[in-house]
Amino acid sequence: MSEVNSDKEKRKIKSEKKMRDIMTAYYIDAKMARQNNKKVAWITSGGPVEPLIAMDVIPVYPENHGAMIGASKMGVDLCEKAESMGYSNDLCSYARSDISCATVNGGPIGGLPEPDMLVCCNNICGTVLKWYEVQARYFNIPLFIFDTPFCHTEYTKEAKRYVERQIEEYVAFLEGACGRKMDQDRMKDVGRISFEGQKLWQEVLDTAVHKPSPMTAFDAFFHLALIVTLRGTQQTIDYYQGLLAEMKDRIHAGIGAIPREQYRLLWDNLPIWYRMKWLSQKFAEHDACLVADTYTSAWCGAMKYIDENKFLDSMAEAYSRIYLNIGVDEMAKMVIAMIDKYQVDGFVLHSNRSCKPYSLGQFDIQRIVEKERNIPCLMIEADMVDERSFSESQVSTRIDAFMEIIKDRKRT
Amino acid sequence: MFGKRRNIALLIPNMLACVHKTGKPQISGWEGNAMDTMTEFREVVDQPYAYLQKLKGQTGKKMVGYVCSYTPEEILLAAGAHPVRFFGTKEQIHLADSHLQSYSCSIVRGVLEEGLSGRIGFLDGMIFPHTCDSIQRLSDIWRMNIPFGFHLDLVLPVKLNTSSARDYMTDVLRKFQNDVGRALGVNITDDDLQKAIGTMNAIRQSIRDLYEIRSQYPHLLSGADLYTLVRASMMMDRERLAGMLAETAVKMKAKAAGEKPDASLKRIILVGGMCNHPDIYPLIEKAGGAVVWDDFCTGARYFTELVAGGDDPVAGIAERLIRRVVCPAKHAGLDRRAKHILRLVREHNARGVIFLLFKFCDPHAFDYPDIRKSMDEAGIPVLLLEMEDPLPGEGQLKTRFEAFLEMV
Ligand code: SF4
Ligand code: SF4
Repeated sequence: MSEVNSDKEKRKIKSEKKMRDIMTAYYIDAKMARQNNKKVAWITSGGPVEPLIAMDVIPVYPENHGAMIGASKMGVDLCEKAESMGYSNDLCSYARSDISCATVNGGPIGGLPEPDMLVCCNNICGTVLKWYEVQARYFNIPLFIFDTPFCHTEYTKEAKRYVERQIEEYVAFLEGACGRKMDQDRMKDVGRISFEGQKLWQEVLDTAVHKPSPMTAFDAFFHLALIVTLRGTQQTIDYYQGLLAEMKDRIHAGIGAIPREQYRLLWDNLPIWYRMKWLSQKFAEHDACLVADTYTSAWCGAMKYIDENKFLDSMAEAYSRIYLNIGVDEMAKMVIAMIDKYQVDGFVLHSNRSCKPYSLGQFDIQRIVEKERNIPCLMIEADMVDERSFSESQVSTRIDAFMEIIKDRKRT
Repeated sequence: MFGKRRNIALLIPNMLACVHKTGKPQISGWEGNAMDTMTEFREVVDQPYAYLQKLKGQTGKKMVGYVCSYTPEEILLAAGAHPVRFFGTKEQIHLADSHLQSYSCSIVRGVLEEGLSGRIGFLDGMIFPHTCDSIQRLSDIWRMNIPFGFHLDLVLPVKLNTSSARDYMTDVLRKFQNDVGRALGVNITDDDLQKAIGTMNAIRQSIRDLYEIRSQYPHLLSGADLYTLVRASMMMDRERLAGMLAETAVKMKAKAAGEKPDASLKRIILVGGMCNHPDIYPLIEKAGGAVVWDDFCTGARYFTELVAGGDDPVAGIAERLIRRVVCPAKHAGLDRRAKHILRLVREHNARGVIFLLFKFCDPHAFDYPDIRKSMDEAGIPVLLLEMEDPLPGEGQLKTRFEAFLEMV
């Protein structure tokens, strides 16, 4: 008993508490914005947040809130509420829970602070456009749409011109909303800090290359929050430096994320927030560690397009070419690169009813992976927030069967 | 009075026989010809692939498919190609299931099924305008799996109400003009474009005229017939179609001249993506209703707005796409669609609105509650039908329409 406990204690990531403290302070700060004469902008997770930070606007992420709603198992209730408002249950469950939550201030933190403006970047999906339209009507506040033409096979020069012009429009929008000019030096600093943060986040994720991996994808889902919400702040850098150091220590001390890492897996798509613990235990029981995922690396995947010294200019391309705004074949290439980099034995795909741009095309990615890397793949049907789309017994059986195949392959 | 499917057919000239003999339409041959225009439209809609293959054989034109009403057909026409709209499939889904999860809409699954089955292997190319998330991924899956024809993306702006979006629209259409020219090995000139604009404007104007006549005298033109006519318009040879539709509109106007509106009909507007189920029209009509207008992308959203004349044809086409009735996958302001539908209700003196929404169609599903609220506030009764393939049984639909029409 105590052995089990001490093993658990040993494997626990110590930075976690700090992370919770930072996030709590962040939400308190955001909720107090009005009293402190600060403005709040709701922004999509793939949106260009750096100009907000440079303008001292507090960015708030409904999608992060959606994740919290899912993790605290309050999703079904809020989704049903949205359905009673007329929203189809086939719509994205982040959108559904946010739309209904705004009207009742429910959920784990009693609702998000009211926004003064909305910033919607459609580089992740078309859903956010519709969702932010709903919220712009509800709160009756300005909406800035940052339109990043989809890069099926290329980032065209026409798109480049369009997106670059929108950066100017975006800055003008913020200057109008805040009633003052943007401080260009400050913007440059924020850009550099954002880039630095992304680099550190990538380094954190890279530690999972080590065998045994010091962290799992489930840990990454948790520690992701800062690179999403506070990208461009010094706090993020400090935190990830600490986390990186802790991961390196674990590698030196030979501490793996799970007790016996025999098999390494790659995860695709958003987490299933309401079953994180169950899933991580389930895989750990099979001595399988989910070492990496396509989701958390999306926040540092477009770094190669960023010029840290000309952040605002290079941001157009970086925000246009993120993981969800590229073709399925391009995504498959990145998956294969991750399979090689992290040396995984199997690929788990979450077919997420909520997220069509992430999920439609997964069958093709799976086929490409099977053909090019010949590793077993498992597709789990679920939803990231709405538990009604999850069958524990079915998923459990399928994971068992999948792990048997992997074990068989490893034996021979 | 309703259900007389041949109403319009009796009025419309047939030019097909003449075309085949002489190579160009001859209006004079229509009287007394047994095969009427409506029959021809119906044949195209019932057997589109037979029609298209024949057309290809006879004219040697390149067949280019597309999946969204934002496709600039003018540019395809100007390239000497024949644009064909795809609506899904009439067949069972077998092959698309291994590429698309169950939560993609029936249009996307259906179009992919047609491609994978090879039934439309006669196509020379396929165009994917950027619309919703599902079409976006369909484009990738098509490109990666369909061996025949060229594949082109047309990544249109998603917002339409800023000057940079307007410029991008023009830029991206110019790029499209080049891409199409390259794919088909032709040089598309401004003259070609102007001519194509003329043809498309004529087609759109005629369909609009017919819609207007139907709105005034719904008993003259059944919903199913107009449905067939509009669908056929997106598949038939456009030059020939332009003549047929103009003639049809003239005849209908003449027919309407002596008519009085039927005040007993309950006037209805249909709203949604598109309607793939013509069977619903007779059901609505039998229940005492009359569809007087719609907001479908295979309906009024297709033909509203003409391309204005000007020296720069591509800019003109772009301007039309910016100004036309907006689709929910694009942004032109926060209340454009609700206002538009309210305006339609008023202009056409409608008593109720029926939403026909595809299951798994996100853009429409997101708009529905807000538009519904506007209707409720204006006291306009609304019926929502979520369409899954297959539709609920006829009996159930009939009951729902009857109950609704009794209420309006
Ligand atoms: S989960 Fe998918 S559909 Fe929903 S907001 Fe995120 S990217 Fe868009
Ligand atoms: S707009 Fe709706 S119906 Fe049309 S393809 Fe997209 S999801 Fe399907």
